[in-house]
Amino acid sequence: MKGHITCTVCPVGCKIFISDESGEIVIEGNRCERGYEYAMNEVVRPKRTLPTSVKVIGGSLPLVSVKSSKPIDRKRIIDIMKKIKSITVKAPVRIGDVVAEDIDGEGTSLIATRNVKEVHEK
Amino acid sequence: MKSHETDILVIGGGAAGMAASLSASKQNKHVTLLERENDTGGVLNQCVHNGFGVQFYQEELTGPEFSTRLHGEMSEQNVEVICESYVRNLDVHEKIAEIFSPQGAYTIKAKSVVLATGARERPFGALLIPGERPSGIFPAGLAQRFVNLENHLPGKKAIILGSGDIGLIMARRLHLEGMKVIGVVERLPYAGGLTRNVVQCLDDFEIPLYLSHTIIEVRGSPRLEAVKMVKVDDSLNPIDGTEKWIEVDTLILSAGLIPHVEDFADEGALDHVNKGFIVSNTGETVYSGIFAAGNNVAIYDLVDYVAAEGWIAGKNAALYAEGNLDKTRHLEIRRGKNVNVLVPNKVTTEEHLRIYLRLKEPIDEGKIIINELGIEKEFKYGVPSEMLQLTVNKKKLSELLHDKDNVTVEVIS
Repeated sequence: MKGHITCTVCPVGCKIFISDESGEIVIEGNRCERGYEYAMNEVVRPKRTLPTSVKVIGGSLPLVSVKSSKPIDRKRIIDIMKKIKSITVKAPVRIGDVVAEDIDGEGTSLIATRNVKEVHEK
Repeated sequence: MKSHETDILVIGGGAAGMAASLSASKQNKHVTLLERENDTGGVLNQCVHNGFGVQFYQEELTGPEFSTRLHGEMSEQNVEVICESYVRNLDVHEKIAEIFSPQGAYTIKAKSVVLATGARERPFGALLIPGERPSGIFPAGLAQRFVNLENHLPGKKAIILGSGDIGLIMARRLHLEGMKVIGVVERLPYAGGLTRNVVQCLDDFEIPLYLSHTIIEVRGSPRLEAVKMVKVDDSLNPIDGTEKWIEVDTLILSAGLIPHVEDFADEGALDHVNKGFIVSNTGETVYSGIFAAGNNVAIYDLVDYVAAEGWIAGKNAALYAEGNLDKTRHLEIRRGKNVNVLVPNKVTTEEHLRIYLRLKEPIDEGKIIINELGIEKEFKYGVPSEMLQLTVNKKKLSELLHDKDNVTVEVIS
């Protein structure tokens, strides 16, 4: 493997050169440590933060937006999404609440990224 | 009609409006913020993906997190937020706004105003695509609202026209929610959105990107059944014999955003390339005491830029309200070679100068040159979809600009 990748850690989008052809992994062009870690993961096992939403019962919105507490294995995202679809939570939900624990068997949880108020049906 | 007074009136409660309200209120001013929805946040509320705030908060956040944080900071200040309100008319000289809200119709007279009205999506009708007019055709932002806020999927099988950031984000979102996404169609030979979004939204999930392709016909009644895709040549004209019907029930449009200016300005207040308000580096428009910030000035790449510009406009609106924004000379900022979108259009020495520009053509290696300010800034891999940005300290501005008449920004390779 040899070539440029675009870092997706932040919107700056550094063009990082990676190569593992000499038997050693070479990473150049990242402007921060997180970029180095990203490039290293891209070679070994690509990971992504997963932002999505979860159904809410009795809330001011039908969904609460959530994200994974840390990047998860890219290959497993579709399977994990199926699991997330079956989750429902009760309002109220506060930003930062843990909505589901250990969604990937590696201790990654789902964290609420907004507040959803409780509403009482009339 | 009842009339109220405030120091600073902010119109629009998205990222720019919230940041403007926050910075203006920190100058001990009374701020009134008008928002048409039932909550502040604007488009951030439906942008559930991450990637926001890296510059403004030095932390990666999702849209709702960015919005909740700004809202929290705002509620610690003296900001009066009026939701579900519309501005029917704004007298830009007297600074009197006519308002409709659940509290009735009334006017607010302000000492200064910040317009933070954001942008609209370019609709299907503006694309002049022949064929039937079935249901199943959605601007990407509307589809995003359905999926992320209202819990409705727009269909089963989608194709996306236009590779702007919202289109790329929606390709991934619809795919993850279980829709079949055939691909993203882009008439230019390069993607319209950030490279990181091409990587993490399309490449990650093996969603095809059809560059130099477009859609020239839609078919179906009452629901969309198929679209006709075609290759285009260098002049963007369809190439005969390359037409292909693709069966889909959903067409998502990511065909660009248009600054929302029409209710507040006549032609003389607008920049013909940015299609938004002409502003100086303080955020002031051509009307004295009327400021503008965010996507109604130009379509920005990042909410971080929008919030930063809102912050500056709010601060200067507060200075204006105090009578402390000196009436110094404005120098015109002109476009030189290979410069398309350019913000701001004028510069004063009252504020630092933050320049945002978009290239007309992609270049591998280039330099931004501003001779009047002695600036040469090198960059690599410049593409029109990614804004270039540079900042000049106001001290340097006063030293260098006192004997100049205008400033030209150009890009050379």
